[in-house]
Amino acid sequence: MSTAARLRRRTLLGGGAAVTAALLAGCGADAPAGSDNVAGSGTPKRGGRLRVAFAGGGATESLDPHLANLFNEASRAKAIFDKLADYGPDVSIQPRLALGWEPNADLTRWRVPLREATFHDGRPVRAADVLASYARITDPDRAFRAKASLSLIDLRASRAVDDRTVEFALTRPFAEFGNVLAAFGAYIVPKGTESFDRPIGSGPFTFSSFTPGTSLLLARYPDYWDGAAHLDELEYVIANEESARVNALLAGQVEYAHDISPTTARSYAADDRIAITRMANSGLQGFTMKLDRPPFDNRDLREAMFLLTDRQQLVETVLSGSGQVGNDLFGKGYQYYADDIPQREPDLDRARALIDRAGASGLRIPLDTAPVAAGFVEAASVFADQARAVGLNVEPVQRNKDTYWREVLDNGVMACFRSGAMPIETHISQRLLSTSTTNATKWMRPKFDDLYATAVSSADEAGRRQAYGDMQRMLHADGGLLVWGFADFLVATTPQVGGVSADAPANTLDWARFDKVWLA
Amino acid sequence: MSLTRYTVRRLLLGVGQVAGITTIVFVLTEALPGDAAVVIAGDQPDPERIALIREQLDLDQPPWQRYLDWLAGLLHGDFGVSLISQRPVLDMIVGSAAATVLLAAATLLVLVPLAIGLGMLAARREGGRLDRAISAVAVGLYAVPEFALAILLVAVFGVQLGWFPPTAVGTGPNLLAQPAVLVLPLLVLLARPICSLSRLTRAGMVDALRSEYVAHARRLGLGAGRRWLAHALPTAAAPVVQQLARTTDWLLGGVIVVEAVFVIPGLGTALVDAVAARDVPTVQGLCVIVAVTTVVVNLAADLVAFRLAPRTAGAR
Repeated sequence: MSTAARLRRRTLLGGGAAVTAALLAGCGADAPAGSDNVAGSGTPKRGGRLRVAFAGGGATESLDPHLANLFNEASRAKAIFDKLADYGPDVSIQPRLALGWEPNADLTRWRVPLREATFHDGRPVRAADVLASYARITDPDRAFRAKASLSLIDLRASRAVDDRTVEFALTRPFAEFGNVLAAFGAYIVPKGTESFDRPIGSGPFTFSSFTPGTSLLLARYPDYWDGAAHLDELEYVIANEESARVNALLAGQVEYAHDISPTTARSYAADDRIAITRMANSGLQGFTMKLDRPPFDNRDLREAMFLLTDRQQLVETVLSGSGQVGNDLFGKGYQYYADDIPQREPDLDRARALIDRAGASGLRIPLDTAPVAAGFVEAASVFADQARAVGLNVEPVQRNKDTYWREVLDNGVMACFRSGAMPIETHISQRLLSTSTTNATKWMRPKFDDLYATAVSSADEAGRRQAYGDMQRMLHADGGLLVWGFADFLVATTPQVGGVSADAPANTLDWARFDKVWLA
Repeated sequence: MSLTRYTVRRLLLGVGQVAGITTIVFVLTEALPGDAAVVIAGDQPDPERIALIREQLDLDQPPWQRYLDWLAGLLHGDFGVSLISQRPVLDMIVGSAAATVLLAAATLLVLVPLAIGLGMLAARREGGRLDRAISAVAVGLYAVPEFALAILLVAVFGVQLGWFPPTAVGTGPNLLAQPAVLVLPLLVLLARPICSLSRLTRAGMVDALRSEYVAHARRLGLGAGRRWLAHALPTAAAPVVQQLARTTDWLLGGVIVVEAVFVIPGLGTALVDAVAARDVPTVQGLCVIVAVTTVVVNLAADLVAFRLAPRTAGAR
């Protein structure tokens, strides 16, 4: 009810989704992803208006897909627009408007044939639209979110081979070009579009009406290339309070409530008015330790932190059991995740020995936190208790929630961290290279940079997999990101709603997607 | 002092107050950590990107420059554009104000007759059973915070019994299209003002009925109804009007708790969102509106009180 709680529920999707802490004690960490009740079953049925409740950005929100930042903006963008490619359930890249992407021998030019698709006003989606959209995103005078991801493309040297083929020139060889096409916010808009008051895209729903901060009404686009949506209409309504979304669902004012707390899921587990869909591996939860300054420039102390952490306890308390333990690596369940590295278990004796060796016994360590994502404040306090058991004095420090991410990027020594889904390559390039602009752990290792450079400039898929594995082994042994868990993302629907996919970590294509959803 | 001179003086004072408030709000917003660029960047706080956003939004200009630009615009009736959506601030305010004004008007429409009626009823037999019952209920309601009452009403009448919609989601900008959504918010908004207004009315009536001039009116043989309505009530109403002004002001500012629980996108929600986003022009615009409302409502109340009981108001 407090303002803090309200804002927490509409956290920015950072290259990753905000993660609401997750779940049901008892169903616990071993419970498979999926539905508690029956949403998703049955035969698709055509027709009807689905009303979905999301937290929103208030009266200042926008329908410009390149500005999409919040959950509801991300969902609306994929309802109205398409990207050339998008993230599949394991965050591998699925073609969308692109039929595929083929490189030249040195991976510096990529040929992308386009699917036969039309915008809502009947015009075909052409190579010129793709190039214009990317030019808009990478405009040097603007600051769209996908700009950094697309900066690899040399647009002046790129060209439309014909109306349905684009040839992209890159500034350097890059094997994971699909990751660029699927970048968060890299939507295709008709060439020359600057106003999004009545947006026209190529997506499954067309624009009907919009009241910023209140509601958006969309209608089925019958000519959608991926098959017309089951629903006649889709209405987004804004309810910032989680309790209000659930109340609206219970009273039949909406059929779908996005981003539900584990407490709610538990309260209504046996209630047949509500079906909960649980999307596993949606949100990494962890702590960053800065490697470029004391005390975490000491490797022994970092290892002690890894070993003192009782991950199971954090998952059970902070996430109410709605998630799985982490192994100090990003991307559990995603393509290229190194699941051959053994799970780290608590070892307090060894942690104490390492702390002694580091001369850190009784050390005071400030841990930055803020109510910027669900569970942050709780995680800091639980972790402080765990550290006390081995003689470390971890002190949670509350930061301002609106500016938290900027503050903890360069300041402090340790901070609560979370991330939504993105390819492991993207995670590395944005956060773990010497040149990365959001390197919160200050992990800067020339050898690691070289491994990355070799991997992404190699056309050999097996070699790349090997390199990603080696990089993850380095990070696991020596890195500054303590990943204690992966939270499930929870949504609630009425039992009449079918087709909500549980195999869709937050930020992937099928998450918050409604063209495959129906009303029974 | 003549009513006109009093009005002009108060209006000039009001302009000064609004100017002062916007300056203070601007300084306070500047004092918050971070700016709109940092908030927009969110958890991708790439310093280069933040610098670029800052440049685009003219946030790289010195604060005094931005404040003067804004003030110059305001003098021409231009509230500026939102830093976040780039839409005109005024449009946004008008949209948000619609729900707030509607809710406030509906509340006042029920509140005034009900509270004054209850106060007079209680004053009829001071210390009687009815008086004590009304007082007990009113004080009891006053003791319940709005958010607790709101959650309780939603749980019981919205979700459990299903008599009224628990939220206003999907109603659209015009809440009157579905009047049932107003019922629960109205009950919450009424709970506390009913107490304060009915208690003030009661106290004022009790005092007035004991006064010399009402006793005189009785000696002159005036009927009870006339004594109450024409002689006692106007005197009793002066403090009630002042309190009513505070209530109106509170309602027109947008009661954030009620807006949040019932999902009514009014001015309170808009202000909280704008502050969180460090959307300075929107915050400033909203503060101007709220400050002007406060000045106007209080001035109106003082003028009414002046008419009702010239001695008390004139002394102010």
